[in-house]
Amino acid sequence: MAFEGLADRLQSTIKKITGKGKVSEQDVKEMAREVRLALLEADVNFRVVKDLINRIKERAVGQEVMDSLTPGQQVIKVVKDELTNLMGKEQSKIAVSDRPPTVIMMVGLQGAGKTTTTVKLANHLRKNHNRNPMLVACDVYRPAAINQLETLGKQLNMPVFSMGTETNPVEIAEKAIEKAKEDHNDYVIIDTAGRLHIDNDLMDELDNIKKMASPDEIFLVVDSMTGQDAVNVAESFNEQLDISGVVLTKLDGDTRGGAALSIKAVTDKPIKFAGMGEKLDEFEPFHPDRMASRILGMGDVLTLIEKAQTDVNEKQAKELEEKMRTMSFTFDDFLDQMDQVKNMGPLDELMAMIPGANKMKGLKNAQIDEHQIGQIEAIIKSMTKHERQNPNVMNASRKKRIAKGSGTNVSQVNRLLKQFNEMKKMMKQMTNMQKGKKGKGFNLPFM
Amino acid sequence: MSFMQRLKDKFTKNEEQEVSKTYKEGMEKTRQSFAGKINDLIARYRSIDEDFFEELEEVLITADVGVMTVMELIDELKMEVKRQNVKDPTEVRDVISEKLVEMYYDGDTEEVDDINLENDGLSVILVVGVNGVGKTTSIGKLAHQLKQEGKQVMLAAGDTFRAGAIEQLEVWGERTGVEVIKQSEGSDPAAVIFDGIKAAKARKADVLICDTAGRLQNKVNLMNELAKVNRVIEREVPGAPHEVLLVLDATTGQNALSQAKTFSESTNVSGIVLTKLDGTAKGGIVLAIRHELNIPVKFVGLGEQIEDLQKFDASAFVYGLFADIIDEEIDE
Repeated sequence: MAFEGLADRLQSTIKKITGKGKVSEQDVKEMAREVRLALLEADVNFRVVKDLINRIKERAVGQEVMDSLTPGQQVIKVVKDELTNLMGKEQSKIAVSDRPPTVIMMVGLQGAGKTTTTVKLANHLRKNHNRNPMLVACDVYRPAAINQLETLGKQLNMPVFSMGTETNPVEIAEKAIEKAKEDHNDYVIIDTAGRLHIDNDLMDELDNIKKMASPDEIFLVVDSMTGQDAVNVAESFNEQLDISGVVLTKLDGDTRGGAALSIKAVTDKPIKFAGMGEKLDEFEPFHPDRMASRILGMGDVLTLIEKAQTDVNEKQAKELEEKMRTMSFTFDDFLDQMDQVKNMGPLDELMAMIPGANKMKGLKNAQIDEHQIGQIEAIIKSMTKHERQNPNVMNASRKKRIAKGSGTNVSQVNRLLKQFNEMKKMMKQMTNMQKGKKGKGFNLPFM
Repeated sequence: MSFMQRLKDKFTKNEEQEVSKTYKEGMEKTRQSFAGKINDLIARYRSIDEDFFEELEEVLITADVGVMTVMELIDELKMEVKRQNVKDPTEVRDVISEKLVEMYYDGDTEEVDDINLENDGLSVILVVGVNGVGKTTSIGKLAHQLKQEGKQVMLAAGDTFRAGAIEQLEVWGERTGVEVIKQSEGSDPAAVIFDGIKAAKARKADVLICDTAGRLQNKVNLMNELAKVNRVIEREVPGAPHEVLLVLDATTGQNALSQAKTFSESTNVSGIVLTKLDGTAKGGIVLAIRHELNIPVKFVGLGEQIEDLQKFDASAFVYGLFADIIDEEIDE
């Protein structure tokens, strides 16, 4: 598939320039092409990519390569700095009106996730800011949209204002604000119907709601999977309504989310929040720096290095390296490793930080499930000392006993044994890769 | 160009004019920005150079044609231009449309990918996709269409997760006069589908359309749930599901490819419903999906009305995309 990250893309180009002291113009040109492709594949808008590439070229040429970084890392750092710059700082503040209620309007295309986001935002306001929001159902077009808002409101025990589908949305909003004043709700969040940015009648309707409600915030809700059109959508909504911020939804998917960059670039409005799942509390402030890494499809190399240095005890690391080289890696070491890795944080996050991890055989499509880790631990702990040191002695009756002891079954034990062998093979590959290079510590394959 | 002439003849001279008109109107926006941009590009350049190709690349990429597909196309174009020794940009237009059409058809020409239904006995259609692409709406429209064709249609409310999803399907059921089989929110979707099949058999329905909850393709548990639903259908009706339709949002970018690929792994996706094509400058992703994954597009959503789901006719689509170019070429 076409979805390799930037790190993978750059690998071959970088190989050529490893060992140079300066990044030359030709190097940058070659790498710029790869960066460009990676960004385009991540759905960053074409025009935005063009500007960005020009800036990166200017900055990267002629730079001295820092001691601590390889030329490849150097370029990636420039790219990431530029991206992070463009994405701006974290901004998740929500306006507060001097004269309550504070009114927030949610707008966007069909299917972006407005209704869910409306409820998530209300939940966030109540939980983290101790507010008392009211939800307003102004989507009178989509069948059962009001019902959806009411059901979700009920789940959270939050007031939902609705007047059915026959009333004009402007009137609904007006009545809702009056009601909120009476009931002392300090926030009013208006869920509007999804509409195409080119649908003038419906865009006018939003304008009318805005004029009446004079909202303190207008959030454009955008699906993070949106393609090149994100620019047009954001531009039209911003021109017509002067939005105050963006909420990016469905970021728990596997999209690179280049749309985020495009939207920020054309509207210069902050992306304030991100929807991270289907549950109502899976709603977070948006982290621009993390997004930059994600768009590039590279893990945060620098963070990983930092984390690894602090968490993995150096002596242990050396021992492990030795073991990997001599292929004497055992289940005991495996268990140690798992413990150490667990100390570093949630596993899939960690995996995401390893550039090129998605390309490695055996790791590709590896589904990381913390529950499974527990099972693996149980299986290993049910082995005798001898078995842990010499996995080759395993036979059917041993496997049966282990399965019983760990509350799993034989096929799971088999799977672990197979994975263990594959892991050993992979380590061999990795150590082979290192040979020939000036053997300096454990290198990630892409550096 | 005889192929273009044939396309044009097909859509202007015979009874299919109606179809072509819907496409032409529904895709007005798409066409304007696509064909228009290509025409504009050609008008601005006096010679074919690197800049010309770069701008062409831009036009294609901004239409969400996959990056890989575009790169391939541009390389082929460069070669073709060299081979035929084309110097004038207006001549290159022929080569571009030729290549694009060729890429789309990829061998099999002018075949309408019709929906696969059992002639007698029950046919089951499973509808899948990520959140918010328009699955339920498409089902409503599809039910209406099949009913117009004289089929007895039933719906199974398999989206038991999202609040209001069952009610939404019920509204469509009322609008189209089609019975909806449902359980309460939160129940096991496979059980709902099972009930649906039982009911459809009992009432001797022709078609059962199964709704499912939207799920992001990287959620393994949810994809497993879908595989289970699929298994239930396979077990209960021999030869079913007759169609697994993956609903894609036309505004989605490169992730659409990942969606098509992953959903194909847990169910046997047999066709694509491309929704919201009316509002976007896109549709280029159709090319990419067809080219890279070889899954046919069977329906396109061209508007919000109940009739606005069109059977996808590849020729009509290509005609819609290139109408301006084709017309001009033939006028010349």
